[in-house]
Amino acid sequence: MSGQLFKDETLDIDSDTRSELIARFLDFIDDESVLREDEDLFPYESDGLAVYRQKPPLVVLPETIDQVQKILRICHELQVPVVARGAGTGLSGGALPLKNGIVLGLAKFNKILDIDAEARTATVQPGVRNLAISEAVSDLNLYYAPDPSSQIACTIGGNVAENSGGVHCLKYGMTVHNVLQVTAVTIEGELITVGGTAADTPGFDLLGLLHGSEGMLAVTVEIVVKLLPKPNTTKLLMAAFNSVDTAGDTVAEIIANGIIPAGLEMMDKPAIIAAEAFAKCGYPTDVEALFLCELDGTEEEVQDQLQKVDALVRKNNATVIHIAKDEEERLQLWKGRKSAFPAVGRLSPDYYCIDGTIPRRHLSRVLQQMNTWSAEYDLRIANVFHAGDGNLHPLILFDANVEGELEKTEELGGKILELCVEVGGTITGEHGVGMEKINQMCVQFDSNEITQFHAIKNAFDPTALLNPGKAIPTLNRCAEYGALHVHHGELPHPDIERF
Amino acid sequence: MNNPIPQSEAGNDQSEALLAQVEQAVAHKQKLNITGQGTKSFLGLINEANALDVSKHSGIISYEPTELVITARAGTTLKEINNTLSGYKQMLAFEPPAYGDNATLGGTIACALAGPAKPYLGGTRDYILGCKVLTGHGQILQFGGEVMKNVAGYDVSRLMTGAMGTLGVLLDISVKVLPQAGYELTLVQETPAETAIKDMQALAGLGLPVTATAWFDNTMYTRIAGTESAINAAASKLPGQKLPGNMTDSANLWRQLREQELPFFNNSRPLWRISVPALTKPLDIEGTWLYDWAGMQRWLYTDATADTVRKASSAVNGHATLFRADEKIKRDAGVFHPLPATLLNLHQRLKQEFDPAGIFNHQRLFPEF
Repeated sequence: MSGQLFKDETLDIDSDTRSELIARFLDFIDDESVLREDEDLFPYESDGLAVYRQKPPLVVLPETIDQVQKILRICHELQVPVVARGAGTGLSGGALPLKNGIVLGLAKFNKILDIDAEARTATVQPGVRNLAISEAVSDLNLYYAPDPSSQIACTIGGNVAENSGGVHCLKYGMTVHNVLQVTAVTIEGELITVGGTAADTPGFDLLGLLHGSEGMLAVTVEIVVKLLPKPNTTKLLMAAFNSVDTAGDTVAEIIANGIIPAGLEMMDKPAIIAAEAFAKCGYPTDVEALFLCELDGTEEEVQDQLQKVDALVRKNNATVIHIAKDEEERLQLWKGRKSAFPAVGRLSPDYYCIDGTIPRRHLSRVLQQMNTWSAEYDLRIANVFHAGDGNLHPLILFDANVEGELEKTEELGGKILELCVEVGGTITGEHGVGMEKINQMCVQFDSNEITQFHAIKNAFDPTALLNPGKAIPTLNRCAEYGALHVHHGELPHPDIERF
Repeated sequence: MNNPIPQSEAGNDQSEALLAQVEQAVAHKQKLNITGQGTKSFLGLINEANALDVSKHSGIISYEPTELVITARAGTTLKEINNTLSGYKQMLAFEPPAYGDNATLGGTIACALAGPAKPYLGGTRDYILGCKVLTGHGQILQFGGEVMKNVAGYDVSRLMTGAMGTLGVLLDISVKVLPQAGYELTLVQETPAETAIKDMQALAGLGLPVTATAWFDNTMYTRIAGTESAINAAASKLPGQKLPGNMTDSANLWRQLREQELPFFNNSRPLWRISVPALTKPLDIEGTWLYDWAGMQRWLYTDATADTVRKASSAVNGHATLFRADEKIKRDAGVFHPLPATLLNLHQRLKQEFDPAGIFNHQRLFPEF
């Protein structure tokens, strides 16, 4: 998170190279798909993290795998960086363009190629929207499980690049658990297929490695996803508490009692008030915390588990306990949670969404520290929390028009992420590192680990042309950042030259 | 429940000693064979290198039942882990085969073998959260962590899972655990293979708590597991008769299948493990067959040539591993299914980046590295 720290020190692409790229792309791609006028390029200047902007010198929109191979071969030959992009909904600046590289837009790869109802798989192009898969197979009583909040717009290719999550990860996993096979093009233009539809594949788990690799290893051109049968029964219980600690402890007890809810979402008071004002979904607003606990499975299983959860929340003195009486009310209660971001957005001109994961037992400590910082920085924070898996989304409210407030917000966000690392968690649960959290990578990993990450990239992309500068910081960058953030009196990355 | 379970008394951090041995081996360009208790030493090609014994690097480092995560050193036995988890009614949901009394967590993750629940609850790679690894650069590095959602940096933990120790020495490992099902039963139905393949696949599409399906001796076996009322209700909707006996008898059947202790596995011919897509019809290879994983993992005893088995497997988008055979046959045929050239090239480049001197588990996975 580094608006002021984000400095693109690369030079603009030189005009000869740009002209050559255009000419060579036009040999096999139609004129309208090689975007080169400012008015066509501006829509690509940022992704979902709009505080970072960079107009790309060129955007190319291929529609066949063969075209992607040709584009990458040309870029490899001319040593031009490539930023792959889906719908541009990413929240960490992973698809931020580069001054000296092209944007490879995969929006035209928007077809569902095959649905195999019996094998319960779908073969899709990377530009297919996440929700479109579930919609296409709904009549077959199937769905695609990962449901990031942007699922109406985000693409499955982007989901692979970020290893996207959602509210149902605790039971159904992230993207990596729900994708069987990825076909991708390397920077050298070679087509590779990793994973497969068989039970497993020989050799290294390259399918796992490509997930969450943020477009740095290869460009995904086709994906086979796993489809699940829709659960026979789904029930939602809402419980509200007078303290965040009790709500957190109750979540722990539910899991200790052998129940894995399909979703377990917690909100603190500011988030509850905002969501209720926005969605009018029936949340109590005089409580400190509430959670939504969704149980799915067979009718008997869900009834057994619902009774157990109900008994636990009663024992822990929940002030409000409500089980959605029908599907309509269930969706209404979810609507509040799912609109928490825009709801919080109405409280303030701008908000900044953080994405750290913590071991849940440290929730109380982390929230208390955030409250202290909130007062110190004079910035309000609302919290929504994937409580089942410890993924915390503090939303910092700020006004970008107030001078210095964005910088203050970014500094506070950085501190929160570093606290997540300190308690044994991570700087990103599901949004990715991108450009945004690149400095915090230096806090989570030491120099040798970061060097090993670069080595992995080197195995795929030795001249670092795929999305360079994202996700994995250079050691020099870490040294610079470390000089700003001396931790516990220890100099991080002590082996790096400082300047 | 919220306090970490203390490090087990037998715990023993040997990472510095192991690092010293690796540094020595790198300096002298000596190859090393990473070993635990040797329960899976039959898998892959054997080489003559010195052993790097990880078995003493053992002990549970932390266990958080309410956060569904356990972290242990690679030499910790599966037995200790399973016992500890059982105390909190939890389990390793991928049901790793032990193939012996003292199987270790390190070997389990390195081989990435999974039990009957794999198609329903996931395989080894679906449960790995983080690891500490000793690389061929003589460095101890930590990746992933102890939380379920973590996308910082490349997923090295998954890369290590199933790499057969060729990329580095697993030191400490964090895995996700799940609650045990309270109740299970097994349904038995006489069925020919072709029908069983379709039925097993269809059963998992019903939204019922099916957690294993297998077919052998012309019989299909279906395990359902969950709360008692749910299982009794599900049993009434599924074909087949209840396996005689109680829950232990059901559990024993699947344990024997997982551990290759069923009478089917008394056979001196080479044993192949064939992995195929769902609904793949029976393959036309002479031999005796057992289907696990809804027919997607097939065990075959045959004297057919490796070429025959591999061609038939490739033709259906599957692959074949020569799981158990004498060393000469393994050496001639190769153990793991050969990779396409582009993927082999990526494997070699990754190997180079993790173990540039090529000291770890030479040829254990593929003859090329």
